[in-house]
Amino acid sequence: MRDFSYLRATSADEARQAAVRSGAMLLAGGTTLLDLAKCGVADPEMVIDITHLSGLSEISVDGTGAAIGALARMSEVADHSAIRTDFPAVSESLLLAASAQLRNMATVGGNLLQRTRCPYFRDPAAFPACNKRNPGSGCSAIGGVTRNHAVLGVSEACIASYPGDLAVALVAFDATVDLGGHAVPVDDFFLVPGDRPDLETVLGPGEMILGISIPASAAARNSTYLKVRDRQSYEFAAASAAVGLELEADGKTIRDIRVALGGVATRPWRARAVEQALAGKVLDAETVEKASRLAMEGAVSHGANQYKIELAPRVVARAILKTGGLA
Amino acid sequence: MTIMEPHKHGDASDGVIGGRQSRFEGGMKITGAATYALEYPVEGLAHAVLVQSTVPAGRIVGIDASKALVAPGVLMVLTPDDDLGLTVATDWYGNRPENQAYLPLTHEVSFNGQTIAAVVAETREQAAEAARLIDVVYEETPSIAGLDDPNAGDGMLMENLSSAWGDAEAAFAAAPVKIEAEYTTPREYHVAMEPHGLTVKWEGDRLTVWEPSQWSHGMARTYAEWFGIPYENVRLVSPFIGGGFGSKAAALAYSALAAVAAKRLDRPVKLAVTRPQNFTSYGGRAATRQTIKLGATEDGVLQAIIHRGASETSTYGVWPEQTGAATPILYKVENFSSQHRVVPVNTVTPGALRGPGKNPSAYGIESAMEELAYKLGMDPLEIRLKNYADHDYQSGKPWSTRRLREALTEGADAFGWTRRSHAPRSMRDGKTLIGWGIGCGTFPVIQAPSEAMIRILGNGRVEVVSGAIDMGQGTYTILAQTAAEVFGVPVSQVDVRLGDSRLPGSAIAGGSMLAGSILGAVHKAATAARDELIGLALNDENSPLRDTGANTLTFDGGRISVPRGEGPSLTLPELMAALGRDEIEIRRNTLPDGASAQDHHLAWTTMAKVQGPTMGDYSMHSWCAHFVEVRVDEDFGTVRVSRMVSAFDCGRLYNPRLVESQWRGGIIMGIGQALLEEGLVDRRNGRTINNNVGDYLVPTNADIPHIQVISVGVPDFNASVLGGKGVGEVGIVGVAPAIANAVFHATGKRVRDLPITLEKLI
Repeated sequence: MRDFSYLRATSADEARQAAVRSGAMLLAGGTTLLDLAKCGVADPEMVIDITHLSGLSEISVDGTGAAIGALARMSEVADHSAIRTDFPAVSESLLLAASAQLRNMATVGGNLLQRTRCPYFRDPAAFPACNKRNPGSGCSAIGGVTRNHAVLGVSEACIASYPGDLAVALVAFDATVDLGGHAVPVDDFFLVPGDRPDLETVLGPGEMILGISIPASAAARNSTYLKVRDRQSYEFAAASAAVGLELEADGKTIRDIRVALGGVATRPWRARAVEQALAGKVLDAETVEKASRLAMEGAVSHGANQYKIELAPRVVARAILKTGGLA
Repeated sequence: MTIMEPHKHGDASDGVIGGRQSRFEGGMKITGAATYALEYPVEGLAHAVLVQSTVPAGRIVGIDASKALVAPGVLMVLTPDDDLGLTVATDWYGNRPENQAYLPLTHEVSFNGQTIAAVVAETREQAAEAARLIDVVYEETPSIAGLDDPNAGDGMLMENLSSAWGDAEAAFAAAPVKIEAEYTTPREYHVAMEPHGLTVKWEGDRLTVWEPSQWSHGMARTYAEWFGIPYENVRLVSPFIGGGFGSKAAALAYSALAAVAAKRLDRPVKLAVTRPQNFTSYGGRAATRQTIKLGATEDGVLQAIIHRGASETSTYGVWPEQTGAATPILYKVENFSSQHRVVPVNTVTPGALRGPGKNPSAYGIESAMEELAYKLGMDPLEIRLKNYADHDYQSGKPWSTRRLREALTEGADAFGWTRRSHAPRSMRDGKTLIGWGIGCGTFPVIQAPSEAMIRILGNGRVEVVSGAIDMGQGTYTILAQTAAEVFGVPVSQVDVRLGDSRLPGSAIAGGSMLAGSILGAVHKAATAARDELIGLALNDENSPLRDTGANTLTFDGGRISVPRGEGPSLTLPELMAALGRDEIEIRRNTLPDGASAQDHHLAWTTMAKVQGPTMGDYSMHSWCAHFVEVRVDEDFGTVRVSRMVSAFDCGRLYNPRLVESQWRGGIIMGIGQALLEEGLVDRRNGRTINNNVGDYLVPTNADIPHIQVISVGVPDFNASVLGGKGVGEVGIVGVAPAIANAVFHATGKRVRDLPITLEKLI
């Protein structure tokens, strides 16, 4: 690890001004930054510690929605009673992520920015080619071991999965990130790799996430996050789904449905085709299973990750049926 | 003292040996008071960091350390261009080539992740940064990524691992019912909680090494021979280690580099092997492949077993992961043939990982037996009992003890096996398919001569002193229990010193042999010390016990008295005071009488004196039967072990609490092996790409159900002086096939390739 300078920011403005400099990186919970520094991916010249900034850790929930400070810990948000009541999928996505120790350290702002677990991205010494680290150098994952790589939103330049869970729940419920001057829908915040996999979000130099807002909705209130993986705990998703569901007064016709996918795409993936296919339909297993297959529209596999194309629609269907009380 | 027959199966809870004491050192570990190798406060440390290859095969034609050498804090760089001046050490079996240089760094690259240089600096961070500045130019050559590489070839037949009797081919051909299947297991790793590393310090030509070790004496010998210094000049210190599982039984290339650097810099050096580097600094379990043919009668009597196995090894060393290790001894069979081959590939030489050989071997034969049972429409428990081996068909010798039948029947009772419905996919809970399976396991009883010292102090405390290792399995505790029993004192009155090569010689903490080996020496030394004390007490003119007319004394309840008689009764400190003694010290070993000094040295520093399971009149093994329930999500293919009962025959248990913990530990590793663990190797460059514990998955607590363990053993005094058989490794053996069998029962899908990950079931 190279020596770096350290700045303990006393205000968000100070942090943002410092962050404009090239080689500057923000430090919140540190669970991603330290990890990436150790494996030689992150090489900051300056670390700006924002953990002491006040006013960025609050969690408030009212009838209009939730406002969560960027520095709120994953565990604090997961355990917040109103979040659990009004946004169960959000709480569950956090509880099913990482380990208890990491959730106690990691902030939700940092969690959104967690970088991919693509092993080729994380091993610069053995795999110099990585368009995410070094645009134009190539993709080592394509042709390699791809079991955990994305099938949606991929390009010839990059097939790395977005690893997080929280963001999947957030895109399902039209959450926005507060960047100070302006708010951006989470769904617009993340970028597909295209030919610039190094650009993962719309964050510009000197911008930082100050908070997350999630509008209240009946669908968010009746929601779930289903995460499927080989290990029961502390593993990234083979496939996951955040689902919210609002039924008409008849108790069976779908008024509003939200579906987003994790573990299968290069960014948190809203499955609007599934939502559109189910809106206004009567909730039953056959309809749901058929519509869930639309989640894989445009999916492309690279060998060992082929199973995700089969698995993900099953996860979506189960999550919808579970939310609707049918599974 | 007599050792009483236990009242319960193998649970010798009638004496101090056999008590359920908690681990002596447990509190120290939990509170952080136990000092591990890299935590010793050594003054003036320099820090070494390894550089590893990024290509799988070829030659280093240029290695430029000029940038690293001028980086801040850098003290030294070692590369293959340096003559380190080391000499090859004796191998495990006591053989040593003459005057052959030992080269921990070579220009030849044999695998991706091979250590090719080391950088030493004032701080670890400086060394790590400088390590990135070393430019290496390789001349690459073609490589073989693994056992399944199309270019890997058939490898080399291991004649010494071939076994045959009867006419297996003819019997198989004639058998009315046959199965044939191929089973494969991937590269697996130890992933001990404590990564490897060491701190070394020279004082003149005397070397102190703080290094996690399963074998203080063997590793000390290696250092002495590398540097050409007397064995006595090396002190290897390892009182606590954070897991070894077979990986910490040898001084390795990085160990040599740290010691060389410390010598050249004339200051202590610490080298921490990073987690990714742990995946290639020493070998894990080799990938294996085996084909099994079973022939049987219509009513399920085995007629023939034909086994052909292979495991990968490196291009520069041979380590066979013996796929035929359990195959010949689990069942009664008159016609048998087994062969094992090793296939060189570009990997670090594989090594011993809990239950080597027996583990993949049991995966094969125990899967095949259930395949045969289903083909016959027979209950998997019934087929095992029907083909029960009444003696060892391979060696022709009787079992010393073999209560595998009891393990099967009592395990089945505890599990509720009779409630099983035979057909695959016949048990479910909504979308969850439920399946039950059995897997048997075995591990040989081996032992080596050992030595121990007992000191009785004036204050009445008893010290047990040995260079043996406690790697979490309970050596401290059972040694204290043994001495406490001999002296009739509470275990709290006993102190145990371990983990230092300067202390009396011991068998390796490996091969499940330490307890059986070292307890013999401790018991012998303690008994001798007690006899000496009795002699003094009966004869010393100042002893109150002198004129009692007794010819021996009893040690019980902390008091020494005349047997069955009236008379004085003294505590140990009272007797020592009366005798005017500050200390009685006795050292004993279990070598044959008249053993030479060379025999002594070989006994604790090599494997030359190890006694195998069939070297005497009997065939001696531990046995187990695992019963598993899995729940498989029908849509997702995720497998969860929901219930387990495992019954063991390990003879007498010296401390049932610690034994149960070892069994469960082995079982948990078996669950990981069955469902999660797999080194993912990139075919293009032989790199293990999941070389970290975030991506190489081992079970979490959430993956582990309640595991009921049952002892069905009886004391086996042929197997060891105190009646125990090995407990450390047998627990993992048979778990993977039990789970694979349960998955088949649940889903109707037979997965013959570990681990059983979800994509194999959807």
